[in-house]
Amino acid sequence: MKELTIISGKGGTGKTTVTAAFAILAKNTILADCDVDAADLHLILTPEEISSADFIGGRGPQLDSEKCTSCGECQRLCRFDAIEFSEESGYVINEFACDCCGLCALACPEEAITMEDTINGRWFISDTRAGKMVHARLGIGEDNSGKLVTLVRQQGKLMAKKEGCELLINDGPPGIGCPVTAAITGVDLVLIVTEPTLSGMHDMERVHGLCRHFDIPALVCVNRFDLNLVNSEKIRGYCTEHKLPLVGEIPLDPVVNKAQVARMSVIEYECGLVTQVVREMWKKVEKELNI
Amino acid sequence: MIIAIASGKGGTGKTTIATNLALVAPASQYLDCDVEEPNGHLFLKPKISEKRDVTMPIPKIDEELCTYCGQCAAACEFNALAVIGEKVMVFSELCHGCGACTFICPEEAISETTKSIGCLEIGMANAVEGAELFFAHGISNIGNPLSPPIIKKVKKLVNNDCFAILDAPPGTSCPMVQTLMGCDYCLFVTEPTPFGLNDLELAVGVARQLGIPCGILINRSDSGDNQVQEYCQRERIPILMEIPFDRDLAFAYSKGEAAVIKSQSLREGFLKLHHKIVAEVEK
Repeated sequence: MKELTIISGKGGTGKTTVTAAFAILAKNTILADCDVDAADLHLILTPEEISSADFIGGRGPQLDSEKCTSCGECQRLCRFDAIEFSEESGYVINEFACDCCGLCALACPEEAITMEDTINGRWFISDTRAGKMVHARLGIGEDNSGKLVTLVRQQGKLMAKKEGCELLINDGPPGIGCPVTAAITGVDLVLIVTEPTLSGMHDMERVHGLCRHFDIPALVCVNRFDLNLVNSEKIRGYCTEHKLPLVGEIPLDPVVNKAQVARMSVIEYECGLVTQVVREMWKKVEKELNI
Repeated sequence: MIIAIASGKGGTGKTTIATNLALVAPASQYLDCDVEEPNGHLFLKPKISEKRDVTMPIPKIDEELCTYCGQCAAACEFNALAVIGEKVMVFSELCHGCGACTFICPEEAISETTKSIGCLEIGMANAVEGAELFFAHGISNIGNPLSPPIIKKVKKLVNNDCFAILDAPPGTSCPMVQTLMGCDYCLFVTEPTPFGLNDLELAVGVARQLGIPCGILINRSDSGDNQVQEYCQRERIPILMEIPFDRDLAFAYSKGEAAVIKSQSLREGFLKLHHKIVAEVEK
């Protein structure tokens, strides 16, 4: 079984558009939406839920105000400024600021703070017209997105084994932080979707740096390449210099948004230039994955 | 006054709006909190006058004092320590620098050292009509998974007497929440597509939980459907500005040009946006 993750660094370059098209083109594949705090793949693949479960990401502190003597030790020790004090309510834990490290619970002389399991979101296994899909929803403002990404990938791999699928495609999150790291470590191949803007190029170089840091082979695709031909040429140069295969250049075309509004992948919506480029790109990715 | 420019979905135009607004708003500060992928400097081209390392504490074990009792590993919620036989292993990339291990060690065998996770760059940029603009951004090191501590440092540079603009990271998890906390107002930049709306709804949920009033800017307003408008009406969220798709604007963006430098009408549009935000905050 092989695993491919689609990332970008910069958001909005077209990761999910490419993932949804690949999902339709690939045969015998499992899909995992690893962008757990702003997941969008379900909007195109309209999954029908088979099963779901809570995501217990870790533990968080619970303060029992009956036991609290307002000694302030927890507030003094907390490095995340997460313990607030007011005359009316006494000491209160601000869950948004809290890092759930548990130091307050260890330090409280009255044992008024205990660490309890926290539900940080929910994950789902669903059926789609492109195959089975594992996806998740992180609770609003919740922590532990990296752990949830890891869980979604693990479930995707289990599903691939069970169904005898040869490929798992992960739609990755933007950035280079903890959820991205969780989405790419140990995969066979990464596809970086970029655009010919200074921001897109800057972020592609950083996310490529992350791939090198973990020693993961990467491919590049340029979306909206004709928006700035000079920059697209620079991306070609960067790819040549770093021996990064450039597998596709997708033109700027309103058809991409129209397909999205119609809740279809671009492959299903039209058979013009965008579809042609994406189809050829998929052939190259298949070859690179050796499937 | 502290304003966050956020979105949920990436690539909707947060940095475009934040930089252009910073260029025209009087007495403004631009602070890039998207420390994983900071881009504001590409448009504002600041002169950086100061660079500060951002570090976080990590444990250092004194093997002479350690009795390998394992309490540190048991206390760590992030599995950043493991005691195997007569060896303590520290996985610094998992450490959150909370100090629980140092606190719990009965032998006082744990002290702290620091590790670099990124940096801050601070400087000034040229704004419109000869004015100057305070600029700062955080840059997370490649391979560092923890951005909130860097975002916190960027936010320490906010001057409350200024119109401080925080350029937020995408998404709705810790880095975005860290950016929004303590802001007076949040402007969400979205696009009128199913993806834009889906992620906007999640992001508005965060602002509401934090008790931060918010407004919407619809970018590329003619490129999808009208579900975002309907959502805003339903939820009574004011739409402060709509910008239609313009290939010239997109081209200028691709070259790192701030649109308000050349376009008088956009300059007026962003000034109006500034007035509307101030009026919303003072409501």
